[in-house]
Amino acid sequence: MFAIGMFLISVSVLAQAQFEKDVLPVFAKRCQGCHGSQQQMAGLRLDREDASLAKAAPKFVERVTSEKKGYRMPPVGEALQPNEIAAIRSWVESGAKWPSGIAASTKGSLHWAFQPPRRTGVGIDDWVLAKLKAEGIAPSPEADRRTLIRRVTLDLTGLPPTADEVLGFLADQQPGAYERVVDRLVASPHFGERWARYWLDLAHYADSDGYEKDLPRPNAWRYRHWVIDAFNRDMPFDQFTVEQLAGDLLPGSTVDQKVATGFLRCVLTNREGGVDRAEARFEQLVNRTATVSTVWLGLTVGCAQCHNHKYDPIPQKDYYSVMAFFEKAEDADIDAPLGGEAGPYYAALREFRQKRDAFYAKYQVPARAAVFEKGLKDAYRNPGRDLEWDFALTAYKALVDRYDKFLTDAAHTPRDQDSFYRYFINGSASPDFRKDKKQGDEIKAAKKELVELDKTLPVFGQAMVMEEDAVRHGKTHLRIRGDYKTLGEVVDPSGLSVLPGIPAGVVRDRLALAKWLVSRENPLPARVAMNRLWQELFGRGLVKTSEDFGLVGDRPTHPELLDWLASEFMDRGWSWKQMVRIMVSTDAYKRSSKARKDLETKDPENVFLARQNRLRLTAELIRDGALSASGLLNTSIGGRSIRPPQPYGVAELGYGNPKWEETKGPESYRRGLYVHYQRTTPYPLMASFDAPDASISCSRRRKSNTALQALNLLNDPVFFEASQSLAARILRETPGAALAKRIEHAYALCLSRMPSARESERLTQLYTEYLSKLDDATAVAWMPAPPDGVTQREAAAWAGIGRVLLNLDEFITRE
Amino acid sequence: MSMPTRRSFFRSAGLGLETMALGSLLGLQGATATQDPLAPKKPHFAGKAKSVIFLFMEGAPSQMDLFDPKPALAKWQGKPLPESLIRQTKLAFIKKDATVLPSARVFKQHGQSGMEFSDYIPNIASCADDICMVRSMYTEAFNHHPGQLLLMTGFMQAGRPSLGAWVTYGLGSESRNLPGFVVLSSGAGTSGGATNFGPGFLPSVYQGTMFRNAGDPILYLSNPKGVSDNLQRAALDAIRDLNQERQTETGDEEIAARINSYELAFRMQMSAPELLDFSKESKETLELYGIDNDKSKAFGTNCLLARRMVERGVRYVMLMHASWDQHTYLNRDLKKNCEITDAPTAGLIKDLKQRGLLDSTIVVWGGEFGRTPMVEQRITSDPENMGRDHHPIAYSMFLAGGGIKGGQVIGKTDELGFNIVEDKVHVHDLQATLLHCLGFDHERLTYHYMGRDFRLTDVAGQVVPKMLA
Repeated sequence: MFAIGMFLISVSVLAQAQFEKDVLPVFAKRCQGCHGSQQQMAGLRLDREDASLAKAAPKFVERVTSEKKGYRMPPVGEALQPNEIAAIRSWVESGAKWPSGIAASTKGSLHWAFQPPRRTGVGIDDWVLAKLKAEGIAPSPEADRRTLIRRVTLDLTGLPPTADEVLGFLADQQPGAYERVVDRLVASPHFGERWARYWLDLAHYADSDGYEKDLPRPNAWRYRHWVIDAFNRDMPFDQFTVEQLAGDLLPGSTVDQKVATGFLRCVLTNREGGVDRAEARFEQLVNRTATVSTVWLGLTVGCAQCHNHKYDPIPQKDYYSVMAFFEKAEDADIDAPLGGEAGPYYAALREFRQKRDAFYAKYQVPARAAVFEKGLKDAYRNPGRDLEWDFALTAYKALVDRYDKFLTDAAHTPRDQDSFYRYFINGSASPDFRKDKKQGDEIKAAKKELVELDKTLPVFGQAMVMEEDAVRHGKTHLRIRGDYKTLGEVVDPSGLSVLPGIPAGVVRDRLALAKWLVSRENPLPARVAMNRLWQELFGRGLVKTSEDFGLVGDRPTHPELLDWLASEFMDRGWSWKQMVRIMVSTDAYKRSSKARKDLETKDPENVFLARQNRLRLTAELIRDGALSASGLLNTSIGGRSIRPPQPYGVAELGYGNPKWEETKGPESYRRGLYVHYQRTTPYPLMASFDAPDASISCSRRRKSNTALQALNLLNDPVFFEASQSLAARILRETPGAALAKRIEHAYALCLSRMPSARESERLTQLYTEYLSKLDDATAVAWMPAPPDGVTQREAAAWAGIGRVLLNLDEFITRE
Repeated sequence: MSMPTRRSFFRSAGLGLETMALGSLLGLQGATATQDPLAPKKPHFAGKAKSVIFLFMEGAPSQMDLFDPKPALAKWQGKPLPESLIRQTKLAFIKKDATVLPSARVFKQHGQSGMEFSDYIPNIASCADDICMVRSMYTEAFNHHPGQLLLMTGFMQAGRPSLGAWVTYGLGSESRNLPGFVVLSSGAGTSGGATNFGPGFLPSVYQGTMFRNAGDPILYLSNPKGVSDNLQRAALDAIRDLNQERQTETGDEEIAARINSYELAFRMQMSAPELLDFSKESKETLELYGIDNDKSKAFGTNCLLARRMVERGVRYVMLMHASWDQHTYLNRDLKKNCEITDAPTAGLIKDLKQRGLLDSTIVVWGGEFGRTPMVEQRITSDPENMGRDHHPIAYSMFLAGGGIKGGQVIGKTDELGFNIVEDKVHVHDLQATLLHCLGFDHERLTYHYMGRDFRLTDVAGQVVPKMLA
């Protein structure tokens, strides 16, 4: 009796699971746009149990299989896939019953992602193994130790292990050897660099404004610096969130907490002449709204800019309610000196000011700029009176933030006044310069002098931050059809209505938004964050669409595991480092990544994690790997962006043919995450190897495989120099050694392993070939300065071998 | 599947370039067909066009000084436009009371179609009967970068795939030795930079590859100093063999794709010199493209390169010339631009036609928006300084070949050239029509990203039947 009862339950559970797994997603993806909560064409509703279903269901199969245009459903896009049709057919044949409990609930939705995470089970491996067992798949064995240390070092720091670190791990036969490696890596300052780059994708960080002018943002790096530091200090993720969205609103906020709001300054700024700044600002608010939703909620709210979301329970009004939090926030550039900067700066300031004022006096800047200011103000108040001043004003408005403040202020702060003088001098924009050529020429000369003068003042850090300005900005209106000029009703700041609300009585500012996002009641952020961490360590999230946890996104392959991770993350005080340590210590993480014949049919995408995945490194890490193996890498942490050599014509493709001022010396060998990212003309390595374009939040990078990548690694002078340095290093570190020994050392440096006999043989063959084919001139070109004790030709042959090693698939892969 | 193992294939491929060029094609495709994202693909239906050459005239050429004669402007000279006309208009630089500037150009009818062109472009005019002139283009953007993005990616903000990327994604490429989507530039930077030919969220294999004017034609195409072709081949053979070892060890099919991409890189290195070598082109051909003339030489070279690329199977060529942004010195700078581009553009159309390539190649000429009938004058004391501001609500572009019906003018603007009065064609409509000519239903050429299916034409666009042959 008991057994039969169990059986009956499991049948209905099974049918429900089948419906949830195979039918409902088809409805969500392909039907609910017209037959959902917002719209019920022909009276049919397919997002919850509905009376309309009984009448319509018998015709479903006919409608979805018809070839008649307009009759076939869905009427737009491709026809349903055969497996989707089969699922619907089988469900209709079994009575088209809507399982109880699956429907849009009162608070929104019973969609899995909107339910609070439930902690069950004891840990990662149990859940992974349970799934494998259910699928009848045996897990792969643990990877060998060399692979393991290379994998975990790359994953945790973005750098390959040194040869000594590999040997140390091999020699450590005591229990806990792996854990000791992990402890060391988690404590490494490179940990912060590696995870900062991941976070900067989400923030869509760049070093320039974007759009036509695409002006550099010389202080953008301060935010990057903050992110690196936050990961290194293991700042709890909830605090990490609050500081980035509202650090300026924390009581007694520190400079660092303000710098954190640089997250919100990663939006693009359009400074093209004639731009409508109000529209441009609206676009920034749109971007902030979308970014916050992607990053913390894993929801693509963008659809709701123009209309109610077609699939997810996000009404248009919700979208503007979230946007309303950002309405009053204003861009600001603040003093943010780094440790050690303030002393020298203040010591030099008094003298600098004297010199500067003398310089201004020499060029009559106060008087001349006053005339310029008056001209702009007149044009601002009375547009159309004087064309030339109108144009000067247009340029000013595009280039200067809060231009209206300066033009309407009765008195200026010394800082604003100085900025205006500088605009006057650098802009060379006064119409008076044409009438008064002498003045124009003098100001041109002054511009150069000012550059020199500024060099005498020690650096005093500045940062791009947000601050609240309730006076300038008022209420948020819903925008009809998403058009910023078409105002709808006024909306108050609020979270998404499908999620638990912000408590009553709380002031609705960005701080409230941030706290709401990472409140324990919010079912999404911990899941979303842990899914991304999983994605970084396994190559694919438990929810493959890590940017979309909504109804059309993929469902989790291991829902209980994801819930466990989310709960654990919160219970451990949102500690990123602890969760990294937990994940990389699992059997699942440590498995061999080798492909298996049996999995090709059973699990071609490796969804069930019988093995690890081989992952191509990101653009930045490819650079890091080459610099590291060759010994060129500058390991200093944080700081300004650099501009490594790039061919003429890359930067110049941008508006106004801007120049690329190459960084010289040791600074030019810093890690990839410090390479200046110019939005309209990115550094070629980034564009070739799938770095995101920094226009919107990027939750997972593409991984492509192209000929341009091959050319980049083969022929970019940066990589050629790395192969020369690698050769010199190998020769230097193996004095007098035999060829085979040197090949072993080369493999240890580049691939953290020993070469196989065949590999060693192949490189020996290449070495011999080079020795016989290289003439003297070529040998010099390949290796201008051979190390002591090695002939020119041998050294050159080694540079050639270095080049081959840096181009191996394995070199740019984490296995 | 019966095919040589990869190992034996590469051994034979290693014999030499000839073997590579002939034997390897099928071998490579066979070996990695599922992994080669650039393999030729069938569109939704048979399109007339196989390739596109987009002559992108960056900065917005002045339509009423080139293609859309407006004699009535003379009557309005020095007067502002009627308030009723301009009330709703958004202007970038000038004010609404800016006065009308008549065109200083002389227009004449050309060809059997009697299409009118200005005296600055006599050569393009001589192609009248092949040209489909659209005088009723419009767009929403009135700033350059958003306008360029809308024209090239269908959306006013950065991040979407470009037209060339969509086409290459949809059709793959016929060329096994060159990138499927190539970009050529006259040299001056553009507002959009690389965002006009980027892959957006499509795999980066679909991004436009820049052919450069200085240094390497393709970035990093040349070997480092001292690396001869033989030595390069030796390195590549070793890379291939070692990658092959690794594939055997790990069983990862992706390594085969990596090997493939290195071989393609080498073929690009080997075939680029032949592509760039004009020594077998006749004197007449070089003259046709204006390569014999200093002013038009650089642009003409790019036009001839575009033809040679299309002949070699390149799917999409974007040729950029900047800048047509004549806010000031309209007559002087427009003349300069026309001297650079007129003869080569006409040469390209004629040459494609005489080689039978025009039927399968769409040539598009135009920019992101047009220019105002009103004057823009930034220096009031200098009459030569006069120019025109941005005008998104009515402008001209033209097309030829590839399933487009030539010898016709589509659309009409009012007597001031201010508004469209007949057959409005939005840039999304142009995109839909281009995709149609290539065999695509623009609503079905989609890519799933961030939770939804994206397409070039965003949520709009309609094919313009009148444009089709």
